[in-house]
Amino acid sequence: MWPETQSDFAAALLDPALPAPAGLAERRFAVYRNNVTVGLCDALAASFPTVAALVGEDFFYALARDFIRQSPPAGPVLHEYGEGFPAFIAGHAAAGDLPYLPDVARLDWVCLRAYHAADAAPVGIDALAAVPAAALDGLRLSLHPSLALVASDWPVAAIWQAHRTNDPAAALANLPAGGEVALVLRPHLDVIVRAVAGAAGELIAAVAAGQTLGGALAALADAGEAEASRGLAALFDMGAVVAVTNVSKQGEIGDDSNT
Amino acid sequence: MTRPSGKAAGAGVGLKARHVPEILAGGPAVGWFEVHAENFMGAGGAPHAFLERIRARFPLSVHGVGLSIGAAGGIDRVHLARLNQVVDRYQPDLVSEHLAWSTHLGRYYNDLLALPYTSATLRLVCDHVDQVQQTLGRPILLENPATYVTFAESTIDEPDFISHVTDRTGCGLLLDVNNIYVSCINQGRDTRIYLRRFPLDRVREIHLAGHAADRDEAGRPLLIDAHDRPVAAPVWHLYACVLEKTGPLPTLIEWDNDVPDWPVLAAEAARAQAVMDLHRGTGEVRHVA
Repeated sequence: MWPETQSDFAAALLDPALPAPAGLAERRFAVYRNNVTVGLCDALAASFPTVAALVGEDFFYALARDFIRQSPPAGPVLHEYGEGFPAFIAGHAAAGDLPYLPDVARLDWVCLRAYHAADAAPVGIDALAAVPAAALDGLRLSLHPSLALVASDWPVAAIWQAHRTNDPAAALANLPAGGEVALVLRPHLDVIVRAVAGAAGELIAAVAAGQTLGGALAALADAGEAEASRGLAALFDMGAVVAVTNVSKQGEIGDDSNT
Repeated sequence: MTRPSGKAAGAGVGLKARHVPEILAGGPAVGWFEVHAENFMGAGGAPHAFLERIRARFPLSVHGVGLSIGAAGGIDRVHLARLNQVVDRYQPDLVSEHLAWSTHLGRYYNDLLALPYTSATLRLVCDHVDQVQQTLGRPILLENPATYVTFAESTIDEPDFISHVTDRTGCGLLLDVNNIYVSCINQGRDTRIYLRRFPLDRVREIHLAGHAADRDEAGRPLLIDAHDRPVAAPVWHLYACVLEKTGPLPTLIEWDNDVPDWPVLAAEAARAQAVMDLHRGTGEVRHVA
């Protein structure tokens, strides 16, 4: 009966230790095994391009094959497959001497989510010009749906950017020391990744956590007013803000630049 | 936005993101494009941006690869709803899926897997096609698969099985000529005799693709539907045999792996168009509306 045959067929697809089901010829059934495994490995390589570039094709496909057998996709939309791959890499013995690899994988995953995130048109900092000075503190900034931060003990933004240069090896030889917080954003169609440090990073974290502009800037008091202003300007410049809302009035400001 | 309401006609190709700038810049023209539905199930971003621009200028076919119509466990309603969204958004001329399965117990196997053909699986497939057509509010086309195995439990052969499905559900047939060739060689059948047994009056679209050649453990030929190279000579020949029966039909070049530069792909489509032009006015099959 088909339900039983299908169960055997499905189990044998990802388990090479199982025989071909229902008396099917091994070499012919192997076409399906190969199609599934190679197809899913290709999908992971497309979704984790920086990881694949760092470790090379053979190593990547060995990692991917193990991951596929442990965690096959739950659905047919393959750009939604691989959320567990960074943690899998972190726990994989073969990746033990590449301690930065899980964080690079997390960054690749966040970039993929950003690539497919909902569209929203950024607003410029001039959206604030219409706000009376007294109301500025009560504003809430809505960040672009694609925006995310990846904090790492490694310079993950620099590693990601190195693989988008003409000479990745040279760029990798000149990585900054220490960790980075990578900001991922897709204000229009292209995903951008940049390291954020100091006031800009803290401001984004505070705004993303739902704080009002006043609350977020107060959290940066130690940085000084000029530094906080630069951080705010940078946020608008990169296209990270898509709406400015006056919390007390519940009205959206900046609709002109939103159309 | 304004869109051509025109039908997919003549030769089309499977749309690849890397070809879009050249297509929009007015490179060699093809009549229409086909996309895999699952690639456009994200919320936003570049995929939708380029497909909107293509759809503004060309007729479109939406080809699903993940509905798993042959699965014993039923259609995933969430996935079907997402397919419905893609169809709603892009208003394609054609919507198609496969006589195959790819999901089981909440896992997706990323291939178009074979099923046995029995009275029980015929009921299952017809129920699923009905469900899809009711949800989408339109008939779909069902594609014949490339098969590498045959099941001992099968009691109906593939052309009969597909004829029953089209009769009972009213769906059309997406005739993949390369798949017919691959399946026939793999099963030791005569391609032309096999072809004539399909319900050619139900064909609304044709697929052409390249295949890879291997051998099984007994040394018998084993062809693989690889979509990674030009259409093979015997498949072009079989395609002409189809058109002799049907007259010209919308024909798609599928080239999904080792994708060539746009002019190479467009030239393959032009070749299909030339075969169609030779068969204008032919066709002894009366098409069922």
